[in-house]
Amino acid sequence: MTLTLWQRLDKTGRNLAPFAVTVMLALVGMIPVPLPGYASVAPFLTAIAVYYWAIHRPDLMGPGTAFLIGLLQDLLTGGPLGVNALVLVLVHWAVSSQRRVLVSSTFALMWFGFGLVMMGVACVQWLAFSALQATVLPFRPALFQALLTMAFFPAVAWMLIRVHRAFLQG
Amino acid sequence: MKPRNSGSVLRLAAPLRALAQRFSFLLLVLASVALMMVGRIDALSVDSARARVTDAFAPILDAISRPAATAAHVVESVVEVQNAFEENQRLKAENARLLQWKQAALRLEAENISLRSLMKATPEPSSSFITARVIAAPGSSFLRTLVVTAGRRDGVRKGQAAIAGSGLVGRVIEVGEWSARVLLLTDINTRIPVVLERSRQRAVMAGDNSDQTRLLYLPPEAPVQVGERVVTSGHGGQFPPGLPVGVVSSAGERGVRVQPNVDLSRVEHLQLVEFSLPGSEAEPSSESK
Repeated sequence: MTLTLWQRLDKTGRNLAPFAVTVMLALVGMIPVPLPGYASVAPFLTAIAVYYWAIHRPDLMGPGTAFLIGLLQDLLTGGPLGVNALVLVLVHWAVSSQRRVLVSSTFALMWFGFGLVMMGVACVQWLAFSALQATVLPFRPALFQALLTMAFFPAVAWMLIRVHRAFLQG
Repeated sequence: MKPRNSGSVLRLAAPLRALAQRFSFLLLVLASVALMMVGRIDALSVDSARARVTDAFAPILDAISRPAATAAHVVESVVEVQNAFEENQRLKAENARLLQWKQAALRLEAENISLRSLMKATPEPSSSFITARVIAAPGSSFLRTLVVTAGRRDGVRKGQAAIAGSGLVGRVIEVGEWSARVLLLTDINTRIPVVLERSRQRAVMAGDNSDQTRLLYLPPEAPVQVGERVVTSGHGGQFPPGLPVGVVSSAGERGVRVQPNVDLSRVEHLQLVEFSLPGSEAEPSSESK
């Protein structure tokens, strides 16, 4: 079966959806919210997206894509280069090692899995920033960020499911 | 990819692909670590790459930050309407007080001018400012920066002071063509020479990523009072002396902490100020961090 040019363009466009949505989440995560103390615990939205797509469409969200998105986030947030890239690659690795369990699991189990991943993310971020600053930074903000991200997970996952159904099925 | 070949090739290809994938993970992890090293070693080129990428995304960030700001305004205005009466009373009282201060300021200014003319004092360096809108803040526990909509085209330079309303907010650390990044007072990389207004005690104010900042290098017997104003000392030539920064919020065994004058989580517009300090041109941008 050969596809016409338009069909192929359409398919490529649709296949770009996971990447595009994740980049959009990276930008949305940077909106300044005028709440005191919010900036330090703003949810890590791209981790949710990478987690979701690595479970459901690992062909469209490979480790390289996760790396690129992390790198983009590093450049945009002005933080040390490579930290978010490392974190997202590790998220992807964690998912792909347990993908068989996660892909057929219930939503609650997926959420629980994300919680575990997020705890790991908090530790890696804290370690990386502490190492790069050569001091021991407080761990609490990272922990609260992880908890808030877990609280945001259902809403973001719901949106990702909608995108998934709208662009990549049927 | 569609498997067109027979099963035997597939059986051989699957472990190979798994191996390649595992290897790519390792490679990507190593690449991340290498990038961290590069960022430490060659900070300049990383900065310019950052500025380019931020420039590229600035229009999108600008567009999506507007609805958020509008929503915040709506919520705030509802709260404000509820408190309008008390606010009005408070403002009237404050206005009366400020009018007295104005008189005092005018008298002091006149006195100052006449004394200066007697002493042949050098005139205050002039300053110019650029107003910019805040369009992004990194959602990270370990970074305190802001991205604003003004860049090289508008005259923003590295090292300019960022001021909002009642005090210093931070300093420009990275300049793109039409966007710039401001390092906030509370970031762990910030060090600002300050002086306590009443006791004239010098110190260095450092951020630690929390909402308040610390004072370093204060002598232990220094008389620090809670509520004392902290202003820039002008040492180091980065900021002019006398710029209000914050007030001492606590002083104890665990160090002196300063509450910044400006609520850094609610800053919407910034003024990037160029103080043409004498000798600042000769200084290269060596102290970039």
